[in-house]
Amino acid sequence: MKDVTETLIPRAINWNRLEDEKDLEVWNRLTVNFWLPEKVPLSNDIQSWATLKDHEKDLTIRVFTGLTLLDTIQNTVGAPALMPDAVTPHEEAVLTNIAFMEAVHARSYSSIFSTLCSTKQIDEAFRWSEENPHLQAKAKAILNTYAPGQDPLKRKIASVFLESFLFYSGFYLPMYWSSRAKLTNTADLIRLIIRDEAVHGYYVGYKFQRGFEQQGEARQQELKDYAFSLLFELYEIENHYTEELYDGIGLTEDVKVFLHYNANKALQNLGFEALFPAEVSEVNPAILAALSPDSENHDFFSGSGSSYVIGKAVATEDEDWDF
Amino acid sequence: MTAVDALGGEHSTAAATTLELVYFSSRSGNTHRFVERLDRPAHRIPIEQDEELASQGGPFVLICPTYADGEGKGAVPKQVIRFLNVSANREALVGVIATGNRNFGATFALAGRIVADKCKVPLLYSLELAGTDTDIARTREGLAKLERELCSTAI
Repeated sequence: MKDVTETLIPRAINWNRLEDEKDLEVWNRLTVNFWLPEKVPLSNDIQSWATLKDHEKDLTIRVFTGLTLLDTIQNTVGAPALMPDAVTPHEEAVLTNIAFMEAVHARSYSSIFSTLCSTKQIDEAFRWSEENPHLQAKAKAILNTYAPGQDPLKRKIASVFLESFLFYSGFYLPMYWSSRAKLTNTADLIRLIIRDEAVHGYYVGYKFQRGFEQQGEARQQELKDYAFSLLFELYEIENHYTEELYDGIGLTEDVKVFLHYNANKALQNLGFEALFPAEVSEVNPAILAALSPDSENHDFFSGSGSSYVIGKAVATEDEDWDF
Repeated sequence: MTAVDALGGEHSTAAATTLELVYFSSRSGNTHRFVERLDRPAHRIPIEQDEELASQGGPFVLICPTYADGEGKGAVPKQVIRFLNVSANREALVGVIATGNRNFGATFALAGRIVADKCKVPLLYSLELAGTDTDIARTREGLAKLERELCSTAI
C-alpha cells in the first residue's frame, strides 16, 4: 500500500480544466435540479389516501418500501462503488452528488409514509421488504456486481439497469394513481425522483459507452453478452415481483409492458439497441401522460392533431438567440 | 419557401427535392443513432463550440435533443442556437423533430417546441432517446410525405 500512496499526488479538482465536458453539463443539471421532500405538500394527499381500499394501501406501501431499498443500495453501495473507476476527478464529484440524491430519495419515501401511514403499517412493510424473495433477489443480483474487485464496466451496466429499469415496476403505481387523480402530490414527488434517476442512468450509461469504445472487439462482445444476460436475469425476477404485487389489482400485464419499455430505454442509455419489440412495449397512454404531463405534442407525423401545427412553446429566456 | 435541389443536380432526378437532415447529438449519441437508422443524407452540427456547420443550401429538417433543467432552461443545445442564428439556415428550415426522455416530465422534448415557435416551423415529431422501430417507421414515412409536398409546391 505504501508504494501506491507514494506515487499518487493528491490533486485539487480544477473545474476550469475539463477532460470531459459532460461532467460539468451533468453536474450543472443535477445541482440545478436539487430538491428535498419538504418542497412537496404531501399532506394534501391525506384525503385521497383515505379513499384507497386496504389492499391498495398495502400495495402502495410495499411498492414504496421496495423503491426505498433500491435507493438505499444506490446511496450506500452503488454510487460509491463507481468512484474508484472514475476516469476524471469531475466524474467522482458528480458521483458524490448522485450518491447524496439517492439518500434524499430514500428519505422521501419515509416522508410519504409518515404523512399517510401508521407506524404499524410502515413496520410491516419494511419487514415485508426483508422477507420478499423477489425483492431480495434483485437487490442481491445488483450488489454482487458492485462488490470490490468486480469489472468496472460491468458495474456500470448493473448501475444503469438499476436506475433505468428496476425502479419502474415501482414507479408505475404512483403514475397509475396519478392518472386516476389520486395521490397527485405523491406523484409530483415521484416525478422528481424519476427525473433524477433519468440523469443518473444517462450519465453512467454515457461513461460506460466511453469505456466500451476503448475495448477490443472480443471484450466488447463479452460486455454486450453480459449486459443482455444480466437484463434477462433481472427481467425474470421483475416478472415474479410484478405478478406478486399487481395480480391482486389486475394490473400485471400493464406493468409488464412498462417494464419492456424501460428495459429498452436502459439498453439505449448503454448505447445498445432495444430488445423488446414495439408490440409488447407500447405503454398505456394514461401512464405516459402521467410521466410527462403538459408535454403532449400535436405533431405532424403522428397525424394526431391537425397537420402542420406550429408548436406552442414555453417562453425562452436564453440570451443566445439572436432573432 | 423555395425548394432547391440540395444535391446540385448530381442525380438524374434534378427536379426532385431532397429533404436533408441536420442534427445535433452530444457524445452520448442517442440522436446520432436515431439519424443513422433513417438512411437519409444528414449533417451533424459539430459538438465543439469553435466549429460550425456550413449553411444548408436546400430545405432540411432539424433533429434536436433536449437538455432542459427542471425549469425548462437550456433546453436547446447552444450549438443548435448558434446554427439557427444564421438567417439562411432558418430560411431553409422546414420543420423540427425533437428527441428527449419522458422521464423529464413536462420538459420532455421541449427543445422541439421552442425551435418550432422561435422559427415558425411545425414540430414534426417527438421521440425518446434513440427512438423505437415505430419511431423510425413513422419518421421515414413522414419525411417522405413532407418531401412530396415540398416537391409539389416548389414550382
